[in-house]
Amino acid sequence: MSAPARTRAAWVAVGAVALALFPLVGGKFGVDLVTKMMVFAIFALSLELLVGQVGLVCFGQAAFFGIAAYATVRLTPQSAPASIGWLLPAAVAASGAYALFMGSLSIRTRGVYFIMVTLAFSQMAYYVAHDTPLGGGTDGIYLSLVPTFAIAGFEVVDLSKARPFYYFALFMLAAVFAALALLLRSRFGRALAGIRVNEQRMRAAGFSTYPYKLAAFVISGMVAGVAGFLFAVKDGFVNPELMSWNVSGTVLMMIILGGLGSLHGAVLGAFAFSLLQELFKSQAIFGDFAKHWHLGVGATIILAVALLPRGLAGRSE
Amino acid sequence: MNEVVLRGRQITRRWGGVVAVNGVSLDLVRGEVHAVIGTNGAGKSTLINVLSGEIAASSGTVELLGADVTRWAQPRRARAGLGRSYQRNTVFEPFTVRENCRLAAQARHQKPWRWWSAASRCGASNVAGLAAASSAGLEGVLDREAGLLSHGEKRQLEIAMCLATEPQVLLLDEPLAGMGPEETERMLALLDGLRNGHGILLVEHDMDAVFRIADRITVLVDGAVIASDVPAAVRANREVQTAYLGGAT
Repeated sequence: MSAPARTRAAWVAVGAVALALFPLVGGKFGVDLVTKMMVFAIFALSLELLVGQVGLVCFGQAAFFGIAAYATVRLTPQSAPASIGWLLPAAVAASGAYALFMGSLSIRTRGVYFIMVTLAFSQMAYYVAHDTPLGGGTDGIYLSLVPTFAIAGFEVVDLSKARPFYYFALFMLAAVFAALALLLRSRFGRALAGIRVNEQRMRAAGFSTYPYKLAAFVISGMVAGVAGFLFAVKDGFVNPELMSWNVSGTVLMMIILGGLGSLHGAVLGAFAFSLLQELFKSQAIFGDFAKHWHLGVGATIILAVALLPRGLAGRSE
Repeated sequence: MNEVVLRGRQITRRWGGVVAVNGVSLDLVRGEVHAVIGTNGAGKSTLINVLSGEIAASSGTVELLGADVTRWAQPRRARAGLGRSYQRNTVFEPFTVRENCRLAAQARHQKPWRWWSAASRCGASNVAGLAAASSAGLEGVLDREAGLLSHGEKRQLEIAMCLATEPQVLLLDEPLAGMGPEETERMLALLDGLRNGHGILLVEHDMDAVFRIADRITVLVDGAVIASDVPAAVRANREVQTAYLGGAT
């Protein structure tokens, strides 16, 4: 392992330990906030795979997040809690299926057209949730019962309690991070990197690039689905705004803030962005200005991008 | 010995009303360097693009190692043994020389489903990548980032990446472009060595180099073949002299 890679691995380990110990010191509010941040970190990782690694700027990532969240709520029976053993895979499969549909068509386009086509597909999903009985309209729907996580009748984690749910989210974040890290150094990941740098050269070497990009798109959608599932279980409520274009924009800003090209950048960006939001929303600090928190966050992001064009983590290749 | 590895028959490519390549037929024989010359806009690059599958022919057929590949997409032709290099540098600049060659070699050992196993542990692509790098004379700079190489080294790397895919047919688009005399000599020696076992199509502007190295020369004017013969005969050809060798330069 090279020296920068070792430093990076050390920081990732420090971050993981800090997250594992946080509930011992963080209060109820803190645990809730960091749980949300970890869910968004998974969401940001899903987009980093596409934007940072393959160079596909997807502007419809919210669709996968929202579809998994809605699937979680819709598939939960009214009478008894669902088991996470089938509910999580089902929610992720729903996102993956939509990603397969959306990817198979949008990947044929390039550049700004790709951005617009992915936006259009996610708006389609938004309006299905917004305007049909399937989605329950603008009011959204409540999750009737929190799913259970039990093995052979023994309950592993009580997902309805804040602290166990925190550790479950941390576990999922670590698992997604590790799986993506492995994926990126595999032959598949290296081929994706080659496609990002020069797709034409990859085709000339003998790589059929379309299936590679489509596979990356579906994996990305499924990872966003994991985040959507966690979000629905945590809040117990979904509404169409989860799929709105500004959610896609927010997660894009997270990975740009963190720095494209690295997984830890995406996680860092998600955390930093959420902290910025909390900071500028705080009435204790900003008083009445807290109502205009978008302005504060926006100005800070512009400043960060101007001063740190490679993001908080910088590109590591 | 005269095994035809790549055969183009009546290849035509139109762009709207413009005919870039007009009914070109040519045979590439294993063990030979076959140069294609012509003025700018004569259709040389379009011809390479059609042969490699990057753009489709409007009509005509392409045969690779005896198989009709006219309808095959470029990656499939590449996997079947057709390698090409580009006029502009297309090396992966952020990657090291080693990784450039390894990644090109990986095209023959793709197995993308092995997502848990590191790419650098694929023995077959490491071996093929290293062999290609050293036959192109890049052993000394394996761990240098490709973007930091000299122009000549980038051209060598371009060839190395082509060789890493273990092709039988090489389509080289101006490998000498922008090279100094020393770098040119090195590249010509490399091409001379590659002749063995490969069929090489060489598009090149440097006439001295072409007449030194080519076994056969095809001359394109306005997308059509006006002569195709051994260098001495092409040099003596009246039509070629008026159309190209004397007139343009």
